[in-house]
Parts: sequence; C-alpha cells; structure tokens
Amino acid sequence: MSDKKASRENDNQPQSGVNGVGAPQVAASGTAMRVPAREPARSSQNAVPRRRLLQGNEAMVEGALAAGCRFFAGYPITPASEISELMSVRLPRENGTFIQMEDEIASMGAVIGASLAGVKSLTATSGPGFSLMQENLGFACMAEVPCVVVNVMRGGPSTGMPTSPAQGDVMQARWGTHGDHPIIVLSVATVAECFEITVTAFNFAEKYRVPVILLSDEVVAHTRENIVLPESAQLEVVDRIRPSVPPQWYKPYADNSRGVPPMATMGDGYRHHVTGLVHDQSGYPTERSDEVKTQLKRQMRKISSGFGEIQLTRSFMLEDAQVAVIAYGAVARSAKRAVRMARRQGIKAGLLQLVTLFPFPRKAVDQVLRQCKAVIVPEMNFGQISREVKRVNRTCRVFTVNRIDGQLITPAEIFQEISN
Amino acid sequence: MEEERYEIRLGGSGGQGIILAAVILAEAAGLHGDNHVCQTQSYGPEARGGKSKAEVVISSREIDYPKVIRMDLFLAMNQASLDAYFYDFKPNGLLVVDATFVKQTPTSRAIAIPFTRIAREQFEQEMVANVVALGALAHLCPRVEEAHLLEAVLARVPPHTQTLNREAFAAGLAAAQKIKLENLPRSIVPDQEEQEI
Repeated sequence: MSDKKASRENDNQPQSGVNGVGAPQVAASGTAMRVPAREPARSSQNAVPRRRLLQGNEAMVEGALAAGCRFFAGYPITPASEISELMSVRLPRENGTFIQMEDEIASMGAVIGASLAGVKSLTATSGPGFSLMQENLGFACMAEVPCVVVNVMRGGPSTGMPTSPAQGDVMQARWGTHGDHPIIVLSVATVAECFEITVTAFNFAEKYRVPVILLSDEVVAHTRENIVLPESAQLEVVDRIRPSVPPQWYKPYADNSRGVPPMATMGDGYRHHVTGLVHDQSGYPTERSDEVKTQLKRQMRKISSGFGEIQLTRSFMLEDAQVAVIAYGAVARSAKRAVRMARRQGIKAGLLQLVTLFPFPRKAVDQVLRQCKAVIVPEMNFGQISREVKRVNRTCRVFTVNRIDGQLITPAEIFQEISN
Repeated sequence: MEEERYEIRLGGSGGQGIILAAVILAEAAGLHGDNHVCQTQSYGPEARGGKSKAEVVISSREIDYPKVIRMDLFLAMNQASLDAYFYDFKPNGLLVVDATFVKQTPTSRAIAIPFTRIAREQFEQEMVANVVALGALAHLCPRVEEAHLLEAVLARVPPHTQTLNREAFAAGLAAAQKIKLENLPRSIVPDQEEQEI
C-alpha cells in the first residue's frame, strides 16, 4: 500500500462515528460458514480442528481435499506456491499423490492422466504457468476430462509483477486455449469462498466432465481469515457417473439427455480411445460432418443446459438499488464496502458479485442493468469483465474503474465513482 | 459502522517476527476470541533486514475490505518501518514503539517500551522481542483479551519454549501496565491543529 494511495483513500473517507445512519441492515448472502463460535469445533473423525485461521491458498487445499481431490501435480509459482506446499504435506496422509513436475506443461498432462485414471485432480499456478497449461487444457476440454486448475492471478503480462495482485487473466481463462471450447471459470473473494468454491469447482468438473478454472488473486490468496470448515457430512460432493453397461457396449462419448456421457476409469476393463482430435461417440477420430457437429454441439450443450446451476452470483443490497457495482475477486470486497459507504450517504447502491465468470452470468447481469441507472465495473485490469457487461447492456450507463499497478482497488475509489 | 472495525498495523524489520505476531493476534481475536478477523501482510521479494508490514482487522461483523483503512493501533518495532507506515491513523489511535530502535516518534501520543532490550537483557534472546511486544498489546489493545492472546502465543510456539515465551509475554504486559495511558494526549493531532480542523 503506497502513501500516495493512502492519502487518496483518506480524502474520500467519510468521517467515522455516524452510527451507520441510513445503512440498511441487509444480511450478506453466502457467508454461512463464517459463524464465530467460542470453542474450537472439532471433527468427530479426526483431530483436525474445524475452526481455523487460514490463508486463501490454504483454504483451497482444504476445499480440494474435502471435495475428494487425491492428486496434485504442479510447479510452484508465486503467489500460488502455498497450495503446492500444503498439498505435498496433506495428500500423502490422505493416501493421495503429490508430484512436483518439471514444468506446467507436464503438470497439466499429469492432471489429465490422473483424472482419466479415476482420481479427482488439481493443479495450481499463476499467469506464466497458466499460459503453459493452455495446450493441455484444450485437450482436457476436447477429451472431456474433469479437472480443476487454480490460477492465483498476479501482475502480467509475462513474468510481470510476481508478488502483486491483478485480474488480468480473465479472458485467458475463458479463451486461452484455441478453438471453441466448453469451460467453466469461477472466482473467489474471501477465504470462506476459497474453501466453498473449490468444492463447487470439483463438483462442476465431475458433473459436466469439463475443466474448471478457479481464479484467485494475490490478495485473496494471502489474506488470513477465521473460518469454520464444514464437516464432510454437510458437504455436497459430486462424483462422475461411471458406465453401468457391460464394457463391450460402452461408448465413451455417446450422447444422452444431459449431454454428459458416463466416464470409465482407465484400467477398469472399459477399453476406450482418448484423443484431442474430433472424435465419434466411440472416441475414434472422425471428420464426418454429421459426427463432428454432433460431438461439438453436445460439448457446448452440456454446459448451456446447466446455466441455471453454474452461473453463480451473490447479491448485496440490490433490492432497491439505482446504482450497482459488478465486481469479482478481492475487488468485490472493496466494492461491498463502497456500497455500504454510499448507503450511509443515502445513495441507493448495490453489489452484484460474480462468482462464475464464464459461462458469463448474463441473466443476473441483465437484470441489474435493467434495474439500475448506472453500473460500475471495477477490476484490476484494463477492463475485461466490463466488456462482457457492455456486451449484455442495452440502456444502462456502464462505468469502469481500473487499476493495473499491482494495488487492490480501494473502497474509496469505487465510492467516488458511485457518487459521481 | 466504522467503530466496528479495529485496525492494527505492525511494522518492523524482516526477521523480527512481525508477521508471526500478526498471525498470533489474529488467532487470539478470531479463534480464541469471538470476532471476525482478517490478517494481511506486505508480500514481496524482501528478506531478512528489509521492511516488513502486517495488518490485522478485527470486527464483530463480516469484514469487507481486508486491509487497514484507518489505524487504531500501530506497533513499530524499528525506525524505518515507523517512518514508512505511519499513515492512515485515527486521531485517537495509539502508537506503540520499540524504544530500543525507535528514537523519533511523529506524535507524542506514543508509548515507547524497549521490547528488544527487555528480550535481550531478561531472556538473553532477542528472538522473543515480538512476544514481549504482544504482552504489551494484551494491555494496550482493548479488542484482544489478555488470556486469549497468551493462549494464542503458547499454541504457536515450539513446546520447549513455552516457559520462555510465557515469561516474555508477562514482561511485556508488566512494562505496559506501568504506563499511564491517561497522561497521553488524547489525539495524535496536536490540540491547536485539531481546533483548526
């Protein structure tokens, strides 16, 4: 935090001690896990305390393990290293496997291999490593291999600013690998979400047979917060559906009502072919027009038919809002405070926090754009999600607040834009 | 709403245990106590000897912005970090410095205790200076209870150093208790300037 920024922050800070005049007391959604309790809650099965002070990166590890992840391959990189570090300690204890690979290309390859072998798999990286993963990520999309890729965003491009937060990889997460492809991109803003959304990421990956990109940033990754880890019995954990037909009848890429074919585990006797080439329902390469269309359309349909469940957003004080902030990641926290500041000044402001970035939650955003006179999209890049918002927009005024200097956007900066 | 947040900044030199002290404060308030806490730190290529900063926000409500907005308490363990991080102070905020290394304070609303000298002279271990300082904060910080802070310290340190750390904590607490807080100016802004404001 620089002095310059600090003084700016002070200029815009309303005086304290107004006793929250005009601040409606609307409960924030999605914070159910953060209920402080005096006694450290303990799991009945093992001695791991459930009430913990964790960094975002550490909470992601807990989330992944709770979701059933038992394989991690990665190459440590700032600011995602703690995920590898902790996985290397925790996975062997859970009868899982941790491999530090020679680079991120191989890491992604190992993750795909492990997932095909039936194990829920994770890798974690930052921008430079994420760039290297794109080729194999495309393979996972095409071969429909469930996996979760964490990208703790730092300043880019290239090696950029390794220790500073940024949100510059949003479009790369959606379009980084070539060709039209199905993919899900989620984002996190708090330590509690790091746990919760990591579980969701694995569930989506397994349910839709698709890679899920989990975008974090340096602020969320390294902030410590106290959270209560839910008991495993309270968690909804989804596992891929395995084939129930005899092996000789198995068609690994056959269509069904959900558009997600059952997935056999390599080595279970369901011999099948896996390729990055466009394939027919048996998994063998094809260029036949009807087969190509059928396969690729199904891959898109499986995601679009799940929009209702996949497109996660969180609303804060939006009911009567006339000005809305649309934000994600650490910036959503600044935005929430800015909304509270605006409410104290009598401005009807609200926040739409995007948890799912892609498929872009068009429906929720559209509703906000219809309701509000102006919408502000703050983000730590030159304007990647604001462009998506503008794409949906018809009548609303859309303003942006952008910072690319490796500093978190402050509540005061967003508040300033709301007041204008 | 502003009063809900109690914001602490700790500054010092890399190796003084600044981040660990912040983690312990956060654990005391958030795990042993009944608060929401958010702990952040400077994160960069600096190593031992460089400037180190850590922050703790304590609140009875959900914490939105995770970093310090306006400080209630600033613990500066050396001069360089005091000079660098003395900003965003609430007028009634409290500055606590390690008098071993800090020779100049920008406000007279400051409490100077030689944490490192106490650690060196009483325990022959400069390493426990941060725990001595935490002992002082147990008295000076109204949002963290003394018992919780001691529990948090003991839960974090290696078992064979429990007695040492317990004594270091007590030494810091005793040093802080000697200070008469009511004798301090009530604002970091001098009276004359405050009238102008």
